[in-house]
Amino acid sequence: MDQGIITAAYIVAAVLFIFSLGGLSHQETARRGNLFGIAGMAIAVGATILGDRVDNHILVIALMVPGAVIGAVVATRVQMTQMPQLVAMMHSFVGLAAVLIGYGSYVDPGAAYTGVEKTIHDVEIYLGILIGAVTFTGSIAAFGKLQAILNPAPLLLPGRHLMNLAGGIACIFLGYLFLGAESTMGGLLPLILMTVIALLFGLHMVMAIGGADMPVVISMLNSYSGWAAAAAGFMLSNDLLIVTGALVGSSGAILSYIMCRAMNRNFVSVILGGFGSTGVSASDSEAGEAQSITAEETAELLSDASEVVITPGYGMAVAHAQHAVSQITELLRGKGIKVRFGIHPVAGRMPGHMNVLLAEAKVPYDIVLEMDEINDDFENTDAVLVIGANDTVNPAANDDPGSPIAGMPILEVHKARNVIVLKRSMASGYAGVDNPLFYRDNTRMLFGDAKASVEDILAALR
Amino acid sequence: MQIGVPCEVEPGENRVATTPAVVGDLIKLGYSVVVEQGAGAAASFNDDDYRAAGAAVEPDTRALWSGSDIILKVRAPARHPDLGLDESELLTAGKILVSFIWPAQNEALVSRLADRGVTVCAMDSVPRISRAQKLDALSSMSNVAGYRAVIEAAGHFGRFFTGQVTAAGKVPPAKVLVIGAGVAGLAAIGAAGSLGAVVRAFDTRPEVKEQVESMGAEFLEVDMEEEASGTGGYAKEMSKEFIEAEMALFQQQAEEVDIIITTALIPGKPAPKLITTPMVESMKPGSVVVDLAAEQGGNCELTEPGEVVVRHGVTIIGYTDLVSRLAAQSSQLYATNLRHLLSELTPEKDGKANVDMEDEVIRGLTVVKDGEITWPPPPPKLSAQPKPAAKPAPAKPAEAETGKRGAWGSLVLLAVGAAAILALGSVAPPAFMKHFTVFILAIFVGYQVIWSVTSALHTPLMSVTNAISSIVILGALLQVGSGSGLVVAMAAIAILITSINMFGGFLVTQRMLKMFRK
Repeated sequence: MDQGIITAAYIVAAVLFIFSLGGLSHQETARRGNLFGIAGMAIAVGATILGDRVDNHILVIALMVPGAVIGAVVATRVQMTQMPQLVAMMHSFVGLAAVLIGYGSYVDPGAAYTGVEKTIHDVEIYLGILIGAVTFTGSIAAFGKLQAILNPAPLLLPGRHLMNLAGGIACIFLGYLFLGAESTMGGLLPLILMTVIALLFGLHMVMAIGGADMPVVISMLNSYSGWAAAAAGFMLSNDLLIVTGALVGSSGAILSYIMCRAMNRNFVSVILGGFGSTGVSASDSEAGEAQSITAEETAELLSDASEVVITPGYGMAVAHAQHAVSQITELLRGKGIKVRFGIHPVAGRMPGHMNVLLAEAKVPYDIVLEMDEINDDFENTDAVLVIGANDTVNPAANDDPGSPIAGMPILEVHKARNVIVLKRSMASGYAGVDNPLFYRDNTRMLFGDAKASVEDILAALR
Repeated sequence: MQIGVPCEVEPGENRVATTPAVVGDLIKLGYSVVVEQGAGAAASFNDDDYRAAGAAVEPDTRALWSGSDIILKVRAPARHPDLGLDESELLTAGKILVSFIWPAQNEALVSRLADRGVTVCAMDSVPRISRAQKLDALSSMSNVAGYRAVIEAAGHFGRFFTGQVTAAGKVPPAKVLVIGAGVAGLAAIGAAGSLGAVVRAFDTRPEVKEQVESMGAEFLEVDMEEEASGTGGYAKEMSKEFIEAEMALFQQQAEEVDIIITTALIPGKPAPKLITTPMVESMKPGSVVVDLAAEQGGNCELTEPGEVVVRHGVTIIGYTDLVSRLAAQSSQLYATNLRHLLSELTPEKDGKANVDMEDEVIRGLTVVKDGEITWPPPPPKLSAQPKPAAKPAPAKPAEAETGKRGAWGSLVLLAVGAAAILALGSVAPPAFMKHFTVFILAIFVGYQVIWSVTSALHTPLMSVTNAISSIVILGALLQVGSGSGLVVAMAAIAILITSINMFGGFLVTQRMLKMFRK
């Protein structure tokens, strides 16, 4: 195939990718957006394989077909509650691929550059491998934490900032050695050393970040995998890779920013990690008695209400309670009760996690509202059901300037007439902060596993 | 700062601007509260209750006005009968007056207040946005008025509202028509419905149909398309053709119903005449019309503001003081609205009111600021009932929040960035700069596209961008034809894992998106 046609195919693919992301702005167009993405990918990959620079077709097919099968199996088997793990896992693939391509590009005898071009090409390789390696191990660590293979609490090594700093300086120094190397073999050693450091750095960085900050981490790794792809594009002088990488990179960066804002946290402080370890709020803890309630009483309260808001959190995902919640919603709506959902931007372990779970359970998306859309309505709400959420509904964020989560925007459920909190125990959330909500006069605690409790309420409602 | 609550001077005004229950909340905001002796008497709040709540009671009117920094009132300042001067003359520069003002109708009063150098918050000018609902005194008062209208109608109507089958025969239910389904209209629908009447309602704004039906009333429609929602959720004036169709509907309803309650108002204009003399004539004897728009001239041609009259056998109630006839309730609601306003004005809870003109709500209701007339305010940014199309775009917080300080920072950043690119351009070969151009432009395209993604779709977005980033497979595909065995092996691994990512990513996204349903 002619190089001109391939370039044309790449342009079409790039445009389709932009349409794809644009399509995701609304539920109505989202599926079309995904189809655009698939079409773009098919065109780009097809044109490349059919081009004259790829002649090893049998090998390519022998690799892609099993890859496709594995991918399809994983995609159909994965549970929606495990989406964050899956996404983290997949980010690591992109990172690893970028590292491999970087090495391939460096040792490839076919490429011959001289002078400034060689320096620039080497810088591209160096950066590409660096970003790819960080993405690779960072994503694996995130996967491990989400899958509960690794301890989700932040791992705080002594002198961790110093270690990071030393790693950074070493990478710059190795980069200097690498660029100054006379031969390909001479440059290989600093490159490998840097890769090892980058791998360790990625691992260490994510290990130091607590479970509650996972939405930021996932979107940040998403961004990195994009930059890694863009770097590979520079290495190979391929504009499509550059465009796509930049799109993905800026998308992930914006998501991280949105997540940080939702927690009123600085991006840098999230990345440096250690949140939730700084100890308890300085203010004396709200001495009070939490009042418990039974599932039957909860059902009664819900049936008597005219407006109900449900605010789910990660606990609902862990307990797989979304289907029972959806049935409760349907029952209450059948009785003419206005039921809506309030979703905090960082509820769950990745951006939009709760929306996906509720969609899976067939909750209509037009009653699932964002925090800003619903916060003003809590005052007129008869009953709020808090299912497995804690920090995102903690009024201390508004009232207690000494609290570690002070200033974080929250769902103001405490303003409702009745609040029912479904919770396993009185333990604090990921942020390790006591929640004065539990002791308020209008709050009742329904202790137990979220799924069991929700199913009990459902039975009582019937 | 001291809050002063004087007696209302308007004859027949029974309300008071604060209640003993609210006094405690005001004190918690850091204020001291002084109530004029007997201010709450007409609303059944006596001085001792105020004292018990922590307020001081001041018998001298002048002392109360001169000693207070903030004056809370119900009615706009008027001539004081005992002192022989206008209440506005009791205000001195720097004070804050909070009351109903009706600036559109009372321009002379507004300029008089401006001359005194005071700040005036008009409780009738609260912007109709959701954040301001808790201070929306018009809504609270309309709610009371709607309820009371039904009670007045019931008092003048000679039959039951509810239908009954008794040993003494069958009683048909009363039929009630409510015109205008604003807050007052909806309250009237609710009250009439709970008394057992058959309720119908009409409004020019089609979007209130759902609200009317949710209250259990039938929504009457004119068979005609016209959009009637003005800004801020109020109705606007309609075209001639529409009005004709509307009048025909009312004529037909007048012959059928027993009670008509009209609540139609257009802001800043005399009330539209909806119930004509022939319509009243065609109503059954003993029927009742309650005209909630009497103060603005009335929706019924025969209404006499402030009076109850019987015309052609129909009782027409034109009371302008319906809320005052339920003084304890309306005072309590109004006092709570004022408390919400004061807590907006006092974010620090330090007893110092800060009239922050940057705040959309406070800007909207402040009609005079330190002697400057600031009415009318700029139009509200969003409608009270945002339609899907009018949803606020996700604000770009970086720009909105940083302000002036950030502007310099971003300028410096821009300069540094430009310098860095120049430096790069001076050494890099043209081929690289070409790719670099593409790179930078793509970042901006991504930036623009991603901001519009709704937060509910963040997970699918992430999984689709992840799938798309498996485009790195192109790199591996190009390398797999290399002569070096090592390169081929590495490229092969890369192809395998990116294929997993590519297919898995797109499929799982598709699976997720399928689940989203309306």
